[in-house]
Amino acid sequence: MKDSNKIPEREITPASVYFNRRTFIQAGILAASALATGLVYRELNPVGSGGAKTRPLAGLSPTTTNAPAGLEAMDPETSLQNITHYNNFYEFSTDKEEVAAAAANFDTTGWQVSVEGLVRKPKVFGLEDLLKISPPEERIYRMRCVEGWSMVIPWAGYSLSKLLAVVEPTSDAKYVAFETLLDPKRMPGQRGDVLNWPYVEGLRMDEAMHPLTLLVSGLYGSELPPQDGAPIRLVIPWKYGFKGIKSIVKIKLVAQQPRTSWSEYAPNEYGFYANVNPHVDHPRWSQATEQRIGESGRRPTLMFNGYEDQVASLYTGMDLRANF
Amino acid sequence: MTAQDLRFAKVLVLVNAAVPGALLAWDAWHHNLGANPVNFAILTTGMSALVFLLLTLLVTPLRKISGWNWIIFSRRTLGLYAFFYALAHFLIFFGLDRSFSISSTVSEMFKRKYLFVGALGLLVMVPLAATSTNAMIKRLGGKRWRALHRLAYVAAIAGVIHYYMQVKADVRRPLVFAAILAVLLGYRLMVYWQRPKPALVTPPTNSPKPEPGA
Repeated sequence: MKDSNKIPEREITPASVYFNRRTFIQAGILAASALATGLVYRELNPVGSGGAKTRPLAGLSPTTTNAPAGLEAMDPETSLQNITHYNNFYEFSTDKEEVAAAAANFDTTGWQVSVEGLVRKPKVFGLEDLLKISPPEERIYRMRCVEGWSMVIPWAGYSLSKLLAVVEPTSDAKYVAFETLLDPKRMPGQRGDVLNWPYVEGLRMDEAMHPLTLLVSGLYGSELPPQDGAPIRLVIPWKYGFKGIKSIVKIKLVAQQPRTSWSEYAPNEYGFYANVNPHVDHPRWSQATEQRIGESGRRPTLMFNGYEDQVASLYTGMDLRANF
Repeated sequence: MTAQDLRFAKVLVLVNAAVPGALLAWDAWHHNLGANPVNFAILTTGMSALVFLLLTLLVTPLRKISGWNWIIFSRRTLGLYAFFYALAHFLIFFGLDRSFSISSTVSEMFKRKYLFVGALGLLVMVPLAATSTNAMIKRLGGKRWRALHRLAYVAAIAGVIHYYMQVKADVRRPLVFAAILAVLLGYRLMVYWQRPKPALVTPPTNSPKPEPGA
């Protein structure tokens, strides 16, 4: 009987064709080069990832029902992933997508905040003492960045006015100046001179005392992650996001309008007040609309970021075009 | 360089230049463009356009310095990819950021200098892409075609300025692009200045004809 499994010699593919060395090498070069190009693309265009884990915040109370209007935005909240992976925090990286990873190991143990200047009772607070002044409450605020995007963020904290009441400002105190930590070892972005470090911000006394102005220590019911300004930051919901100074170490009551980082960097682009205002454009982009993170298409920007009823009275008689 | 090798080199350039677009599409499909997808797509396509513009301008100096004449094949492919990425960059801005509103797109372009400069850069690339075929080179004639395609310098300069102007504060990366562009254009100026002056050339030497495109 004939062996039907035996393939005749002449039907075997010649080695030179079957194992085409040339094609093989070319396929390898093609794959390797495409991979390399892909890596360069990824390096130039990173998507936010990584970041620190945070613990739940103790003693958090929901927004009180008799709280003044405006404490709770009715829009859907932005996801925690997006809030924690799209950050302007130049102390760590100037790329919004890279801050979370760059700040992941930021150590805040032993944090102190000095409250000083024109006050009767200046004090250097340990973080614990500072947080004890008032239990944190959840406040869902809209956050509008000067770059034309916005989020809805469930912060946790208490009104700055409560802290100021403890230190008792004198009648000479007209402004409040804030300062971020200066430590290039822990904040690698400070090794470059993109901005004049440390980051400084300021508010007029009545703005600082407004109940909406929040000293924030938490986000989504947990401690504030490093990329969002751990351990303690400011949130002023009717102003552009850059007014909300992060990782605060100093609060000083002063008589004169303090210098502020962005208006010092580009006075024609960023003002001291920086109130959200759809009628006053930034020189390089319109402020009439905003990209709400998580939505498709842009939505109209509201005067004072929708907090007009609560804060417009602070600016009666002021030319908001000149005082942008 | 055999014809077979050249064919492979063409495939190599064609495939690699498509990688950024393919990855962007892949990431978009998987909802992996970060918190602000439209902005991300605008940035990546713009960045790709700039990179390919610079690569296009790198071909001639590299060819002259190395003597690898065959790499000239890649210039058209790279240039066309630069145009496609710039066009995608604009279309994403127009469609997804401005919601296909022509009035809002045009008014923004005239109000924002950086958008105007960027639009200018894209606009001058249109005739370059349109005349990129062999037939068009023939029709225009080498000399006129070369003159027209010097607009690639304008496109690259406009692109880098556009990038520099829209950055908020950290201008390190736009400056890297500007420096590379300065070297690539500087090389051309140097060649231009050092060209043999007609009066000084001893006739009649058998000087080789200039290659198309400088």
